[in-house]
Amino acid sequence: MKYEPPLEKISVNIRETVLGQGEKSVKIGGENTLPFHSFEGSLPNSAGLALEVLDTQPENWAPSVLEPFEDVVSDPVKWAKKCVEVYGAEMLCLRLLSTDPMGKDRSPEEAAEITKKVTDAVDVPFIVWGTDMEDKDAQVLMQVARVCSGKNLLLGPVVKGNYEKIAKAALEHGHAVVAQASMDANLTKELNIALCKFFPPEKIVVDPTASALGYGLEYTFSIIEEIKQFGLVDKDKMMQMPILCDFGGDCWRTKEAKESREQGILWEAISGITFLLAGANLLVFRHPESLKLIKEMVI
Amino acid sequence: MALKGAEIMKMLPKTNCKECGYPTCFAFAMKLATGGANLEDCPHLDPQVRAQLEAAMAPPIKLVTIGAGENALAIGEEEVMFRHEKTFFHESGIAILISDKESESDIEKKLKRIKAFDFERIGQKLKIDLLALCFESGDKGKFEALVKKAYETTNFALILICEDTDVLFSAASLCADRKPLVYPITKDNTSAAIPKLKELGVPAGVKGQSIEALTSVTSELKDAGIEDMLLDPGSKNMLEGIRDQTLIRRAALKKGFRPLGYPTIAFPCFMYQDRFKETLAAAALMIKYAGIVVLSQAEAQFLLPLLVHRFNIYSDPRRPMTVEEKAYEIGNPGENSPVLISTNYALDYFIVSAAIEEANIPAYLCIKDTEGLGVMAAWTSGKFNGEAIAEFFEKYAMADKVKHRKLIIPGVAKKLVAELEEELPGWEIILGPLEGSDIPKFLSEEWKA
Ligand code: SF4
Repeated sequence: MKYEPPLEKISVNIRETVLGQGEKSVKIGGENTLPFHSFEGSLPNSAGLALEVLDTQPENWAPSVLEPFEDVVSDPVKWAKKCVEVYGAEMLCLRLLSTDPMGKDRSPEEAAEITKKVTDAVDVPFIVWGTDMEDKDAQVLMQVARVCSGKNLLLGPVVKGNYEKIAKAALEHGHAVVAQASMDANLTKELNIALCKFFPPEKIVVDPTASALGYGLEYTFSIIEEIKQFGLVDKDKMMQMPILCDFGGDCWRTKEAKESREQGILWEAISGITFLLAGANLLVFRHPESLKLIKEMVI
Repeated sequence: MALKGAEIMKMLPKTNCKECGYPTCFAFAMKLATGGANLEDCPHLDPQVRAQLEAAMAPPIKLVTIGAGENALAIGEEEVMFRHEKTFFHESGIAILISDKESESDIEKKLKRIKAFDFERIGQKLKIDLLALCFESGDKGKFEALVKKAYETTNFALILICEDTDVLFSAASLCADRKPLVYPITKDNTSAAIPKLKELGVPAGVKGQSIEALTSVTSELKDAGIEDMLLDPGSKNMLEGIRDQTLIRRAALKKGFRPLGYPTIAFPCFMYQDRFKETLAAAALMIKYAGIVVLSQAEAQFLLPLLVHRFNIYSDPRRPMTVEEKAYEIGNPGENSPVLISTNYALDYFIVSAAIEEANIPAYLCIKDTEGLGVMAAWTSGKFNGEAIAEFFEKYAMADKVKHRKLIIPGVAKKLVAELEEELPGWEIILGPLEGSDIPKFLSEEWKA
């Protein structure tokens, strides 16, 4: 019996999404094969690897993940600069934690002003993230969209209950959105269909919500694999958006990550590589060391 | 590739003599195709035809066992490329490399650490499976001493790595009853290895410079009657490993290509010097089909994440791990004890109940049946929303169990607060900490009912 490599060709592509603007803009997606299958298809863009920046002083962070940012945590502008200049981040995720109505409850205006300052300070693409509170996120992200008009930010999370408002503002001001549906391929598709009635599909990134290693990682892994296959193998156009995994924070909240620096970095990096293997196109890290490891491994 | 009933039918005697217990040969064939009958039951099969049928009906990836007794590792018989299609069946084995070049005291330390390694997590024992003993000293005596030590002082399954075929088999004969994996068997030593493999009855670790190179060796071994093999396609880094492992499994599962129908072994320990990268490569290759991954070290902070990872990836997606719905009484709660609620996803239950025990504050832990979904997924699908929780409270008469009216909900369930305030009038809804590990502190500080 003669061995012939059993290659499988796929005739459709994941959509390519451009984030940010100018020279430092980043493209994600665009592949016509399964993750890392460059031996049988094309993967024109490597995965986007973003570092997190908080708009407010972090609370309860483990010392080993606070340490890289210790000198900048009181100022999101300095924090963002350090991520780019010292840690080489090609993309950032600004988390507007202070807008949480159950916490500091900062106004949309204040949040937009901070966002403007931070995104003006460095020229890499930004994900701008709310606090998982539908109504407040809508107010905040609409304001951010206006104030940062034209910056092509990636705004999220956009969910069933607030997608119209946020996506309309994003459309008007030239931003992309993250459509989030928790751990369910059908819900992901439904939300995409709803969005695509008025929003360009190439400006949508989907977030099936990610769970950390040891805390539901296997669910995230399989949902992403499924979505990817619906898109590439079954050629479902509403499943061909690039996929985002926001997991760094969840990893560093685990008891295991807090136990030791090495264990924490691996907790995050193993989660990251797992999501990439499933088909994620954009990862949000908390520790620069985990990001660096993944970057060196996948190139 | 499984045979269809009609294909099997063609090879049966077609006399419908019923001796197999089925009314017709055809009925027997259909039963065979679904695995519900045994070829042995037809006494009229020509032995040659039986052998053919057996070969054709064998699982596309052979089950291979390394080691003996309690610590034997069985890998193979996988059925899918993606775990959501069914499940991955046999967990990848984790092996720790020990070289005979390491000093005696280093080896001693390493063995001690490996033996002491003992993790339990949510009721599961996490463990190392094998020791990979490597001949690097050039001194046969040293290697044999290492093999003896591992054999006599531990119960682990063994892998013997040695380029010198004579030394390899001489070491294997020292521990043959432990069924060690002998590695590497290559195109250059196949003929010398065949009689030894047969004599000792040990599994062969076949190494090729490429997938194609593997197939000629496995075919030769198979022709000699040797079928317990593991494949190493010689991948030099993680990306090559993903490619090679994917093609091997695909050839076996989707093309029914027998020469590659065996489990595999991968060597992250030789791919990367950096321990983080080695561990990451191992994690990736466990997802992408390696039956065994060999690591250079056994330090807990590197191994624990990997073991948890293996547990995750090999858990069965068809059966979410759940616990029974009820109002669990932890400690000996009374009418002033705190009330917490969570999902019946086993992990949620284990984390919260362990934390309550740690806090040493008796409590009611309400576990709502969410069909194994975690908090947010269950919320999305309506299994853990305000209404569902209010029903639970009614059903288990929570209001009669305690005098106070405070309910602690999972920290991630912010969205639940407003819903519950509406559905459970009179109850104060308290958002718990985001991290399970903060529950003890939270309870002792916040709980003044
Ligand atoms: S025993 Fe064999 S020959 Fe007889 S009916 Fe069964 S299958 Fe057919």
